[in-house]
Amino acid sequence: MRQIAFYGKGGIGKSTTSQNTIAGMADRQRIMIVGCDPKADSTRLMLHSKAQTTILHLAAERGAVEDLELEEVLLTGYKDVKCVESGGPEPGVGCAGRGIITAINFLEEEGAYEDLDFVSYDVLGDVVCGGFAMPIREGKAQEIYIVCSGEMMAMYAANNIARGILKYAHSGGVRLGGLICNSRNVDQEVELIEALAAKLNTKMIHFVPRDNIVQHAELRRMTVIEYAPESNQAEEYRTLAQKIEDNKDLTIPTPITMDELEELLVEFGLLNGDEEYQKALEADKAAATV
Amino acid sequence: MTENTNPQVPANPSEPGKIQDHFDLFHTDTYQDLFEYKRQFEGAHDRDLVTETAEWTKSWEYREKNFSREALTINPAKACQPLGSLFVASGFEGTLPYSHGSQGCVAYFRTHLTRNYKEPFQAVSSSMTEDAAVFGGLNNLKNGLQNSYELYKPKMIALCTTCMAEVIGDDIGAFIQTAKNEELIPQELPVPAAHTPSFVGSHITGYDNMLVSILKTLTAGKKAETTNGKFNFNLGFDPYIGNLRELKRILGLFGIDYTILSDNSDTFDSPNTGEFKMYNGLTTLEEAGDSINAEGSFFFQKYTTPKTQDYITKEWAQKTYNFRPFGIKGTDEFLMALSAVTGKAIPQELQQERGRAVDAMTDSQAWIHGKRVALYGDPDHVFGITQFLLEMGAEPVHIVVTNSNPDFEAELREVLTNSPYGQEATIWGKKDLWHLRSLMFTEPVDLLIGNSYGKYLWRDTHTPLVRIGYPIFDRHHMHRYATLGYQGAINQFNWIVNTILDELDRKTIIPSKTDISFDLIR
Repeated sequence: MRQIAFYGKGGIGKSTTSQNTIAGMADRQRIMIVGCDPKADSTRLMLHSKAQTTILHLAAERGAVEDLELEEVLLTGYKDVKCVESGGPEPGVGCAGRGIITAINFLEEEGAYEDLDFVSYDVLGDVVCGGFAMPIREGKAQEIYIVCSGEMMAMYAANNIARGILKYAHSGGVRLGGLICNSRNVDQEVELIEALAAKLNTKMIHFVPRDNIVQHAELRRMTVIEYAPESNQAEEYRTLAQKIEDNKDLTIPTPITMDELEELLVEFGLLNGDEEYQKALEADKAAATV
Repeated sequence: MTENTNPQVPANPSEPGKIQDHFDLFHTDTYQDLFEYKRQFEGAHDRDLVTETAEWTKSWEYREKNFSREALTINPAKACQPLGSLFVASGFEGTLPYSHGSQGCVAYFRTHLTRNYKEPFQAVSSSMTEDAAVFGGLNNLKNGLQNSYELYKPKMIALCTTCMAEVIGDDIGAFIQTAKNEELIPQELPVPAAHTPSFVGSHITGYDNMLVSILKTLTAGKKAETTNGKFNFNLGFDPYIGNLRELKRILGLFGIDYTILSDNSDTFDSPNTGEFKMYNGLTTLEEAGDSINAEGSFFFQKYTTPKTQDYITKEWAQKTYNFRPFGIKGTDEFLMALSAVTGKAIPQELQQERGRAVDAMTDSQAWIHGKRVALYGDPDHVFGITQFLLEMGAEPVHIVVTNSNPDFEAELREVLTNSPYGQEATIWGKKDLWHLRSLMFTEPVDLLIGNSYGKYLWRDTHTPLVRIGYPIFDRHHMHRYATLGYQGAINQFNWIVNTILDELDRKTIIPSKTDISFDLIR
């Protein structure tokens, strides 16, 4: 059984990318998706639902997670992919990180990990505390795929996630599988992500172009693979799925410093250098004195 | 490797029906053979290597390694915040101490207190489990407050937090208000609450946090135009119930009207009448509420209650005083100030007691003078004992205070510098008892003063131990005595000098070798 996890900045398209990718390999593999985000939107395209009942939602109703049965929270979706969502507490109370730990422990104790080829974790944007690192702790996900784009904040996030992976790489054996570029049509996006990947000691495993068909499919709560299997975009996801299945190139990341990252962004024109910054300030000053 | 078979029970086991105590039982052949056999499974090290390593831990080389420890504490001389909170709360009338956390936390605090006082201690918890950690403790707190109010009918519930509640950020103030709004507990029930994460500060911090909250809650709207002519007294985290009783006796002799802020003397020493009494706190809620109108407040543990003292000074605009009425000098200063502040003369009886204490001191002083001493404990506790030792001409050498602070160290250092007997002393702030072990091996002392945990140092270094402090788990009744005032000074002489004399007897016990000094008269 291979366990993989998708990380990346919030709003980058992790859930869409991961579900389409999983749909692309579902013909060949027995898969379980574990959503690790209190928003619980990691499985809706597989289940054709708004959001499935989460482990923690049910635990809150019942009073204790011990009172749950696995069948109540582990649903079967498109091509028999098993789907489960951890869920989390109400915003502003309790501890969402602990919630993920609780949910994953529950799944393990209830035997949810049996008879599977692939487990895919879809994790909240920022690894803000130990709980959100649960999928890469204690020998769980061994391969991490970072979904990013050529936007500045997405790259910051990718670098931060690489730092998180590095922390557990030596003790737990987790590795970086590659960057998935979910295109935002930024100039020189491929070159930029490839440059970042090189610095992080990994590769851009696939470039997913932007296509409105993704939105059309989402409106129908479906993956592109299910909605428009013959489309170019479906083919892109199938290619990505195949690349992940065949991926042997797992590395220990080498996260870069903020300075190095900013240099890279300056080089590609996403960020101005110090000179331009000073010039802009002076221009403002000049404008103010006039 | 020993042969892999279990040792057999001997053919003639000891007389059935005669139950042996564990210290005899485990020395019988059956158990000794078993222990020997088990060594192979325990990864037991070679005995010579163990001895050799144990010897090495006594060296200067090891001491230097020990003192360069950065990320490890071994046997800290402190406990955690909620312990102090529950301790101070239990001194108020009809008060149920409540720990917002898991059951394990409150069980620890209860046993800790029970083991010291050999007395039951009642406190409840929110019984938080994993679900509460994820979803927040609101439901647990609501149920907990409702249940404990209905079952135990307290007049006040004093609520403190634990690590789990603090890490997930439970807003206990809002939770309590919610419980009141939902009419789970009466609106008028006082429920003071304190944030007491165990990973910050120590039991004395928790004591302070809880006391401030209790006083704020009980005195709200009670400020009167005139004072009530009384004085408030706070002893801090003082484990000696004898001290509370001694203080009350002294104040009675003076004829001073007083309020003890948290009188838990009966909590930890309730009379056995054959009938269980749940609440034994002696400070009434009314008195505590009226404490805002007192003439002034006396604090005996400056570094335990800085927030409470600051609050009383600023919010109540009340005069506050710090004294440490321990030893002759400390008691003198306190009584003279008390007389000056209240305008009442020092009672004749206390003057006579002073004379007796000084007399007792001169009787024993020759045995104590010049003795090198190691001691440890809370800042004010250590301060009182150090002053007392200096009075007797004993020389404090190693002073370990795990929950230390820079102000305390500066104040104590000044006292030590100004005494001829304090010249050898080093204050080891933030250090633990494993550090002290190295200190005692490399720079030996004649006497160790501290709580029960000192017995391991006594065992390893053969330094006689005087048990003064908290907790004392392995000797009985110590807490019933006073260490405060002139009577307390006599008690402390008694413990110290007789420990020294016991040790002297042990050292001169070998016939025709050391018994030349095995004297009947000491």
